[in-house]
Amino acid sequence: MSRLTKIYKTATAVDGISFAMSRGSITGLLGGNGAGKTTTIAMIMGLVQPTSGTVEVLGHKMPDEAAAVLGRMNFESPYVDMPMRLTVRQNLTIFGRLYAVDHLKERIAELAAQLDLTDFIDRASGKLSAGQKTRVALAKALINDPELLLLDEPTASLDPDTADWVRGHLERYRARRGATILLASHNMLEVERLCDRVIIMKRGRIEDDDSPAGIMARYNRSTLEDVFLDVARGRDREAAQ
Amino acid sequence: MNDLSLAIAPHRIGAMVLRYWYLLLSSWPRLLELMYWPTLQIITWGFLQTYIASNAGFFARAGGTLIGAVILWDILFRGQLGFSISFLEEMWARNIGNLMMSPLTPIEFLLALMTMSLVRLAIGIIPMTLIAVWFFDFNFYSLGLPLVAFFCNLIFTSWAVGIFVSGLVLRNGLGAESIVWTLMFALMPLTCVYYPVQVLPHWLQLIAWSLPPTYVFEGMRALLTDHVFRSDLMLTALGLNAALLLASFAAFIALLRSARRAGSLLSSGE
Repeated sequence: MSRLTKIYKTATAVDGISFAMSRGSITGLLGGNGAGKTTTIAMIMGLVQPTSGTVEVLGHKMPDEAAAVLGRMNFESPYVDMPMRLTVRQNLTIFGRLYAVDHLKERIAELAAQLDLTDFIDRASGKLSAGQKTRVALAKALINDPELLLLDEPTASLDPDTADWVRGHLERYRARRGATILLASHNMLEVERLCDRVIIMKRGRIEDDDSPAGIMARYNRSTLEDVFLDVARGRDREAAQ
Repeated sequence: MNDLSLAIAPHRIGAMVLRYWYLLLSSWPRLLELMYWPTLQIITWGFLQTYIASNAGFFARAGGTLIGAVILWDILFRGQLGFSISFLEEMWARNIGNLMMSPLTPIEFLLALMTMSLVRLAIGIIPMTLIAVWFFDFNFYSLGLPLVAFFCNLIFTSWAVGIFVSGLVLRNGLGAESIVWTLMFALMPLTCVYYPVQVLPHWLQLIAWSLPPTYVFEGMRALLTDHVFRSDLMLTALGLNAALLLASFAAFIALLRSARRAGSLLSSGE
């Protein structure tokens, strides 16, 4: 993306950011509430129209060439739900058909086994626990075996065990598929574990952009959590050193 | 969603129809509700027609105009509701984001909603017409081929209104939901469902003749009272419907783009 800006009436949500993600990488998008992470992801997905700037996904300009890429990407976000009254299997069947997934029954069975959905696959999505819903949302996000996966808080509301298990699954998925993953998260341990690169956003701008180790070294901190606090509280790199 | 793509993939339309079909089957009260109001309507108005016919010469001659109008009005009203409720299901379920980011195009989405409007309409209207036969000796299907022209024109108008109000909800969130339930009622007095256009003041007649359903209700009265099928009225209605459908699709795309600019696809609540 290049010089991407989003202004809502008078509020600037994203302010001229530019970055590119290399294929097969996992990039973490960090920042406090209102930093512009969700708006950035929404602009990549085509759900929000940028005020200015350009977004290119898998070599295609968005949203003009969206038809060429929407089938090759997918997302999970707390801002959308799976339809509650349908069973997990029904929901996955519908999304599988929308994405023209071949051998859909087998694909759903495979995802059910991988994400441990088998016990509740014929239960209404609205009757699942928060952790089960997150796993179902992840199954929906993976149904088309996407080359680009956008995840907004993928482990929010999960217990530590399930969250760890989801992270493991994402690592395996990236390794198997060579997928590119953009991950917005408030969980610093998650970002440290999963991401090759971290982009820190603050008030719609990119505050820092490096590998987790590089960023921690620059701020002279041993954890990303401490870096996050430094950035959030306005302590700059020089002061930290 | 690629807004202006006119490419149509039947498997995606089928997927959406399947979704709404699952939804219908998942709730028997909703299924029952589809038949409940049309049944009440036909029973109430049917008895009124029976009473008036026995006391007024005109209605005795023009048997069925009232019941016919009730059924045709329900096609118009429930056709739009059937369309719009399927759309609202996506808003209520917070599923719009999932759809907008999928390969589904707006035209495919709208075609799926149209299909479901026909399904929901059939569930509500078929029992209604059977009651009209059994209780009031009015066979709606005896209208024959003109019925096809009436039905097509009314369903096209209902879709045009449905597309437009769905765009409004997409842009403004569920705070605009009441428009879905009420807009069609604004057309009721103007489209002259139960009385001839001549009843209206001249300036209102001009507005009435700009609305396709007016031609259908006038055509129905001509058929039942004078036994004449006014194909000229049906063709004019068809032309107006074509313009209305194009305008509503353009409005939907404009509202969708406006929703993208405002970021309202991310927060589809009130």
